[in-house]
Amino acid sequence: MDMKTKLRRFHQASWDEPIIFELSEPGQRGVLIPRVGSKVKDEVGDGISEIPSCVRRTDLPDLPEMGQFQVLRHFNHLAQENLGADYNVDIGQGTCTMKYSPKVNEAFVSNHKMADIHPCQEESTVQGALEIMYRLGECFREICGLDCFSLQPGGGSHGALAMASVVRAYFKGKGEDRDEVITTFFSHPADAAVPIVKGFKVVVLPPDEEGLPDLEAFKAALSERTAAIFFTNPEDTGIYNSRIREFTGLARSVGALCCYDQANANGLLGIARAKEADFDLSFFNLHKTFSSPHGCGGPATGLVAAREYLRDYLPAPLVIKTGNSYSLDWDLPKSCGKVKSFYGTLPAIVRAYAWIRTLGADGLKEASMVAVLNNNYVMKKLLAIKGCSMAYPHHRARVEQVRYSWERMKEETGFGTGDVQRRIADFGTHYWSSHEPWVIPEPFTIEPCESYSKADLDEYCAILERISYECYNEPEIVKSAPNSSTIHHVDHDVLDDPERWAITWRSYRKKYDGYFKKK
Amino acid sequence: MIKIGLIVNPIAGMGGAVALKGTDGEYLDRARAMGAVPKCHERVASALSVLKDQDMRWITCSGPMGGDILRDLGFPHRALPGFGASTTGSDTVTAAEAMLKEDVDLLVFAGGDGTARDVASVVGQRLTVLGIPAGVKIHSAVFAKTPKLAGYAIREYVEGVRRETRPAEVMDIDEDLFRMGQVSARLFGYMNVPVSSRSMQAKKSGRHIDSSKVRLEEVAASVADLMERGTLYLLGSGSTVTAVSARLVMDGTLLGVDAVLDGCLVGKDLCERGLLDLIDRHDGDIKIVVSPIGGQGFIFGRGNQQFSPAVIRAVGKENIVVMATQDKMDDLFGRPLLVDTGDERLDEELCGYVSVFVGWNRKVMWFLSDS
Repeated sequence: MDMKTKLRRFHQASWDEPIIFELSEPGQRGVLIPRVGSKVKDEVGDGISEIPSCVRRTDLPDLPEMGQFQVLRHFNHLAQENLGADYNVDIGQGTCTMKYSPKVNEAFVSNHKMADIHPCQEESTVQGALEIMYRLGECFREICGLDCFSLQPGGGSHGALAMASVVRAYFKGKGEDRDEVITTFFSHPADAAVPIVKGFKVVVLPPDEEGLPDLEAFKAALSERTAAIFFTNPEDTGIYNSRIREFTGLARSVGALCCYDQANANGLLGIARAKEADFDLSFFNLHKTFSSPHGCGGPATGLVAAREYLRDYLPAPLVIKTGNSYSLDWDLPKSCGKVKSFYGTLPAIVRAYAWIRTLGADGLKEASMVAVLNNNYVMKKLLAIKGCSMAYPHHRARVEQVRYSWERMKEETGFGTGDVQRRIADFGTHYWSSHEPWVIPEPFTIEPCESYSKADLDEYCAILERISYECYNEPEIVKSAPNSSTIHHVDHDVLDDPERWAITWRSYRKKYDGYFKKK
Repeated sequence: MIKIGLIVNPIAGMGGAVALKGTDGEYLDRARAMGAVPKCHERVASALSVLKDQDMRWITCSGPMGGDILRDLGFPHRALPGFGASTTGSDTVTAAEAMLKEDVDLLVFAGGDGTARDVASVVGQRLTVLGIPAGVKIHSAVFAKTPKLAGYAIREYVEGVRRETRPAEVMDIDEDLFRMGQVSARLFGYMNVPVSSRSMQAKKSGRHIDSSKVRLEEVAASVADLMERGTLYLLGSGSTVTAVSARLVMDGTLLGVDAVLDGCLVGKDLCERGLLDLIDRHDGDIKIVVSPIGGQGFIFGRGNQQFSPAVIRAVGKENIVVMATQDKMDDLFGRPLLVDTGDERLDEELCGYVSVFVGWNRKVMWFLSDS
């Protein structure tokens, strides 16, 4: 047992903070705007009667009315009730690549030259922004080997959805009605979900005994109906499918497109590319591998890369360079259409560009190599913990993450991954129980990126070692966990119940206090 | 406080050690004569030993059917009187009737398929039940994998971590044929067992969304919506396939094979002969819709023997639609689907990869084996 590493005696903050709307006090203001002078009034009138009455509102918007100090305190309270990547050793969110987002890059995106530009501005006035978008594409030409790029999707699954949109537009253009997409058990679950949104039927391949996608099952699944394959590699298990060219070759032989989910490419930079693996399309999360913050579910960017022959099917517009000037090319008549407003989430694009340029080609490769090294270090330590094992142990090599299992501990103590998840909150960190499908018993996925120090990694491993010890020897403390958190029970049912879920204050009031009926 | 019922079949499992493949009827005496000793007591004790300080109330039968074990473990309990030292299946039935009347929150029973069948004949899907595996034959899906895991499941139920339930199959195996090396299994019925909730938090209060039911509706909708006019569909048997009938607003047969044509029920609870007649008369495509039955993954030969080799051949391998909930396939993970039609050549022909509908327009590839 690691007795040297200090385990934190964490306690979560609780401010019992109301929703900001509940803090509203009529008449309070954050900024008092000076009254309009008579000269201005003479020139523009009262500023309201010019607006056609059909679009003029009769009541004030229902926004909270607060002073600056109260607003500041509210958000600071919320910040303290948080547990984000900047607070903890965030390696328990395997597959999500929770790395450090260099704070210097925030200076670029908060600079007024960036923050104050508008997506509807004339192209000639945003040449700098367009240049960054274009040059980021050039970087990706090297990183993945593909030719054309769209920055439009607002996240990872959205990037996968954009790929499915391109696949649909491509076969529509060819006059073919192929309707099946093949993916694998341990690809990101979005790959088995988003093609369905675009009208495809999805076929999922189980793994073989090595944990790799079953090649024989793949051959049985392929047909003239196959429109595309959507593969993640390395998969969520951290295992790299080294036979990938066999899969892409077979897919190609039936005329299907090969689509690569590289949302998490953190173990492969400068090491393996989509082009050499024979993929036609790929997408990258700028908020995973390329250090832009995840932003609590966005906005982010899922950059889509494509081979030249698929350029016409990408979402319009694309950024192009003519001579020394940059512009938007809308002339894509076969385009799958827009997948999102405008051109991409510019702050995420700028941060990723800055990160790539800071590191350079050698630095990117080193980042990946350190991520792989850290992962293998943690793997060795975790596998020494009582009750912990990994999926597919005979396939020893892992890239940037590992799917582990508490199956043995569950059998010996009754405590499984859910219990560890509840207890780990007491140590000031967190962990999640892996993507569906839950075929590895009592699973968890750890992804130690390159950002964490050896001491960080040791602390996380020591926490898991401690919890395992408790499960075997001090069950009471595990049963009552979390003991230092402010919330002990989350009612997940609400998320599945349309009558109760409320993601805005307006819908909350509508469902819970008959707001609109009263109004 | 949670009220838990316990029914123990004390002689369950005795035939196994002496290779008698069951302990029904006269075989109990033979097992005893061959030196078999009751193992069930130990297995139940092993399961319940993980429950130490949980807040719960036990109701059980007097003597070897539960009272003795709870007394040995020192668990406070109320024993229903009238159960003697020598027990039979009718005692299990009597005990189950009592538990139903007591309206226990969870009925734990220990035994094998025969015990499960006796309990199911009384409680059906009216109580939440869990089986501690202690019998010779465990083909029913109502049992935990090991006694210890049964114990943990009970603990999680009491603590509120595991309250979701799903219907699990009770299989009825003919012991005489089983001894002769044949498995003749019938789908006897369903009982509701607690399943570990996929969401990580305890569900202790509030209105509850049964996500396994939602997943079943999803796969049923997918299969129903792909049905084509003019094609004769032979559906059977079990709760998964019956969900397709429900989707089509039909009164399907839970434990039998129905026929559907153009959205209408054209045959109910058909036998092999009835199926062959329909197939003969139908001019157009025919498809069989099946789902793996029980915990073992049989799609033919367990619970749907109406699909005889002749019926399957007449319809053709390429016209077999397999469906299951994702949960069921996850439980089967690493093991193939199975067929046992009674015709070895047909079994061999059916082998290979099949695609299984698991959700809305979503399928998984799965290996189908004959052994």
